[in-house]
This record gives sequence, structure tokens and C-alpha cells, in this order.
Amino acid sequence: MIYEPSAVAILVFVLFVAFTLGLSFWLGARTRSSASYFAAGGGIHWFVNGVAFAGDYLSAASFLGICGMIAFYGYDGFLYSIGYLAGWIVALFVIAEPVKRLGRYTFADALDARFNSRGIKLAAACSTLAVSLFYLIPQMVGAGALVKPLFGFPHWTGVVLVGAIVIFIVVTAGMVSTTWVQFLKGSLLVLFSLLLTVLILNRGLEVDPRYRLAEETGSDPFKERQTLTITADGRRLVNGQPQGTGPGESDFWPVGHVSRLPEGALKTGPLGPLEFLRTLQHSEVVLWSSKTSREADGSTTTTFTPRAVPGSEILRPGNSPTFKGVRSERFADKLNFLSLMLALFCGTASLPHILIRYYTVKDQAAARKSTVVGIGSIGFFYILTLFLGLGAMTSGAIDVTNSNMAAPLLARSFGEVLFALISAIAFTTVLGTVSGLIVAASGAVAHDLAVSVFRWDLNDRDKVRIGKLAALGVGAAAIVLGILFERMNVNFLVGWAFSVAASANLPALVMLLFWKRTTSQGIAAAVFVGMLASLGWILLSGDTYRDIYGLDPATSWVPFSQPGIVTIPLGFLVLVLVSLCTSRSTNTQTPAASPAPA
Amino acid sequence: MTLAGLDHPEFARPVDPPSRWRSVLGLVLFAVYFLVYAGFVLLNAFAPTWMEITPWAGVNLAVLYGLGLIILAFVLAIVYDTACRFMSQRPSTPSGGRSQQFPEGPGGELQ
Repeated sequence: MIYEPSAVAILVFVLFVAFTLGLSFWLGARTRSSASYFAAGGGIHWFVNGVAFAGDYLSAASFLGICGMIAFYGYDGFLYSIGYLAGWIVALFVIAEPVKRLGRYTFADALDARFNSRGIKLAAACSTLAVSLFYLIPQMVGAGALVKPLFGFPHWTGVVLVGAIVIFIVVTAGMVSTTWVQFLKGSLLVLFSLLLTVLILNRGLEVDPRYRLAEETGSDPFKERQTLTITADGRRLVNGQPQGTGPGESDFWPVGHVSRLPEGALKTGPLGPLEFLRTLQHSEVVLWSSKTSREADGSTTTTFTPRAVPGSEILRPGNSPTFKGVRSERFADKLNFLSLMLALFCGTASLPHILIRYYTVKDQAAARKSTVVGIGSIGFFYILTLFLGLGAMTSGAIDVTNSNMAAPLLARSFGEVLFALISAIAFTTVLGTVSGLIVAASGAVAHDLAVSVFRWDLNDRDKVRIGKLAALGVGAAAIVLGILFERMNVNFLVGWAFSVAASANLPALVMLLFWKRTTSQGIAAAVFVGMLASLGWILLSGDTYRDIYGLDPATSWVPFSQPGIVTIPLGFLVLVLVSLCTSRSTNTQTPAASPAPA
Repeated sequence: MTLAGLDHPEFARPVDPPSRWRSVLGLVLFAVYFLVYAGFVLLNAFAPTWMEITPWAGVNLAVLYGLGLIILAFVLAIVYDTACRFMSQRPSTPSGGRSQQFPEGPGGELQ
């Protein structure tokens, strides 16, 4: 769709982003002037810290991707919400307490707490880089999806804009995303999602006139298709005409309508939360499926076809391409689903930047209370995503070509100011998450790789310089990947990041904490094998064949697309085998000096 | 230089009672949640039609189970926190045990 930028929306957006960035710089400057960066966490109230958990964890990808997936396919997006939240249980009950006892701050430090091993540092640095980069892609794609309807810019402009702002922030000011800014973003995201949900429930459901009047006018709205043709010379044709709003041009029309309400009603009026779900369950909603075909003249045509789907089908699992395996007879398709749900469950506790958050509090009691508040606000937000997604599905404002824009377009159906505010909150969330990830990745290069692995003798200025160069490189890579992956649902991409994180990091973390015979070689091998196996699996999977390489998914090398169910156990197996092989030789050695506190 | 970590005196020290109690409780609560989550995932994978039945309030099992999992996570987190606080307030439990045992540990003390 072509979007007409609105002056009010742009003004509100720019002011909000400028205010947040200004606040970040101000708080960042105050943080630097205090005795220690880490000590800043000690003075923060546990409630503020808990909401900051939510600010950290609820990336724009959660918000945009889950809403978009629910808006396009129904219940399936909610499966991600459930999996993301369940991961916190692993983090709180299994990983956090013992890791905290090891008294280290980061994933790499925790892994290496017992062993002063270059192999572990190299493995941890590589996996931090890989996970950060994978997590960066959906954030960048999300940024593009936000900027497009707001400014009318093409997708790549949004990606480059975020990349440039973030690289500027990281290179000039270092880490400015403080706990307070994460608190601000987290609470705003949850509060505005709540506001949107209230507005959705208050609006209720309404049958669109196009479907209501179909019988009277004799037209069949389900015969109207929308097509996008990319010709061999790269021109975009919409419904057979050049894309545009002028005469002789054509553009996609917004979709997302109810075609039938229970008992022949035309409009429900305000609904309660359960009433909303119940009414939708007994209604019919028009969903659009897409199919791409390649013509002999080198052009590709994507046809979008409407279909009235009963609410009972929308609110059951298995409607989306990602999860259709649950309704398939093939066992491999069911494994694909189990694999993704396992990766989501194990992924949270394995994300380096989430583990770090657990340590930015005063003591264990405060950390626990923060986590409870975090789980509460994150869970509350994920419950809201169900209503936001279903609200977007029935808002009549959806772009049929891109699921990532469903949430901002839903906000737009309630007015330009709300649209601008939601976009601005999501955009600053992207900025915060991206700068955090780039700092983590550049830290892995400068600290873990350059100093610990290559043993370069660097002074502080050189270290900072290498870190900034790394930030530039990682940022540039993220920009390129963010443009390449435009059409993929950002949530699907986050699922991949979780798979890589869980496969590379979870076996090492769990075995280090619970198995006494774990050796440093075992940890390094498990991290490397888990990371490479899951990356390789993803690159050879049917989903990648179809969406990235444009090849036939049936020719892919692996039986299903989600690696977790194979590569997470593989990591455990490698760790146990290598540890057993190496423990005899190391057991007899005398212990070196105890590891220095972080 | 690598070494077998757990032979090291630094890590061979006995775990202080509150921590041990907490980690057991944590693992029990984790097991509870894991079973409920696994039930949800397996039901979705192998009996997807069960998810369409509407046991209560006209809302189907898929939505109810999903909302239930999110609420259960919060409830278990509160149970864990409350139990830990209750245990650390009991006079028989040395509350400052951890910091005595890890005087040099940077775990919580530096912050």
C-alpha cells in the first residue's frame, strides 16, 4: 500500500523520539559520572527494575510480529506469546539462582567462571555475535515496517535510518540505554497496548457493508482478488496497473473485515474481553491468503485471495504457514512444531542480553521480586497481544502485503495521534534493543575476542576503538540483512534467534550448573556445535529455501525447518561426550589460582 | 589453564541452606510448569481438534489453556517469591549466610 504521510503524526513521532533520545543521553551522562556503570542498578527500586525487564524483553518484534501474525492467521501468533513467556520460567527457576551464585555478570563470564579457558571465551564470543546478529535482523525489519506507513518511505529507508541513528548513538555515546529508559519504554508499551485493547473492545465488531450488501447488490466480494506483479524489468504492477494513486494507476485496498456476526447482527457495540472472544468465535472474518507464481516472461505474480473463515477456525491452532504442521499427517511437520515450542521455552534463559538484566539489581530478593514484576507485566502484555491481533484482524485497515505493519495500522484506525504515539514507542523500543544488542556484540569482539582470545595487548583507548569498529561492522551487517528479510514476519525471525541461542548456550549453562564432570573443552565444543548445527539447519531449511533463496522448499536438505528439537539435545550430547573424553586428563591437574571476581 | 572446576575448593564449599532450599523449590516449580506446558504443546501437536472444544464461557480450550499458561507462570513466580521470603524470615535460617560464605563474591554485594 502507498501511505500518505500526515503532518500531525510526523510531528508527534519526531517529538516523542527526540524526547526519548534526549532523556537517554541525559541519563546516560549521569550514569557515566557515577562511580560505576553497574552500581547504577543497586539504587533502582525493584518495581522499576521489573518493568525494565519488560522494556528489555518486549522488543518491537514481539509487538509487531505477534500482532501481525494473529491479524493474518488468528490464534497461531498467540503460540509465540505463550512460548516467549514460558521461557521466563526456565530463566527464573533453573538458571538465574545458580548463575547468580557463581557471581558473574554476563553469559561469557558465567560460562568461564570455573575455567580460565580461551576456548570457552572464543565460543561464547562467537555465539554472542551470532545470536545478536540474528536478533538484530527482526528489529531492523520491524523498523522498516514502522517507518513505511508513517512517513510513506520505502522499507529500506527505515532500516538505514534506524541503523544510522543507532550506530551514531553507540559510536559517540556508548551505552546510553539505562534502566530508567527501559522502564519508560516498557511501561509505555504496556499502557498503550492496554489503551488500544480498551478501544478495540469499546468499538466492538461490525459487519463491513461490502459483505452486508453483497446479496442486495448482487456482487460477490469474495471474487475480488488483489495481485502484485513484479515484471522482469522490476516494475511493480498492482491489479495489473502501475502502483500509484493517480488515474490509470492502482493500489491495494485495506483489508480486515467481519463478514458475518452471530445471529445475523450487524454491529455488536462495546464488548467485554471474554465476550469479544466468544462473539468472534461465532462470527466469520475475511482472511486473505497469498500465492506466488512465476511466469514464463520472468515476472512473478502474487495473488491475494479473500476467504470467509469461521471464528472457531481462527481461534484454533494451525492456520498459519508456520504452524500448519499441527494439522498435517506427516510426523516431521509435528516435530517442526514441537521443535519451535521447545526453542521458545529454552531460548529466553539463553539470550545473553536477558541474562545480564538479572544482575542489574541490588540483591537476590530484589532480583526475585523484579522477575515477578517482569513476568507479570510481560504476561499481561502477551494477553493483550491476543486482543490487539484480533482487533487488527477486524479493523479494516490491514495491508495485505505485509503482516508486520498490522499493529501500527490498527492504531491508525483510531486516529493519527494514537498511530504516531504507538509508532514512536515501537520505534524507540527498536532503537533501545538494537543499541543494546550492538553494544553486546561489539563488547564480545573487543573484550572477549581481541583481549582474551587473541591476547592482544590493548590499552583502554584501543579497546574502545576496536569496539566501535565492531559496532560499525555489526550495524552495517544488520542493515543489509534487515533489507533482505523485508517480507518475512519478524516474529518468525525472532523464533530463529531463540533456536540458535537455545542450541548454542542452554546445554553449556545447564550442564555447567548441574553436572560435576563438565570440562572446559566440553563447554566450548557444545557451544560451537550447537551454534553451527542450528545455523546450518536454518540455512538449509525449507522456509529459507522458499523465502530467501526463492527455491522449491521440497528440495531442501533437512526434513523440517525448526532446528531446536535436534540441535538442543545435540549440544547436550556433545558436551557429555567431550567432557567424558577430556575429564581424565584434567582431573589430575592442580587447580590454578581461583578465578578473579568480575 | 583448564582445570576440573568442581574439585576446586572455591566450588567444593557446601551450599548454604537457603540457596539449596531455593534451588530445590525452583526445580519443583519448574517441573510443574514444564508438565503443564508440555501438555499444551503435545495436545496441540497430536490432538489439535481437542483445542476447539469450548468448555467454559463460550471460549475454546486453545484460548483458555493459553491464557491459563500465562497466568500460571505469574502465579508460580509469586509462590516462589513468597516462599523464599518466608524461609529467609525464619529465625532458624541464617539470613546473611550467603554473603558470609562469599565475602569476595561480586554476586550481589557490589551492587
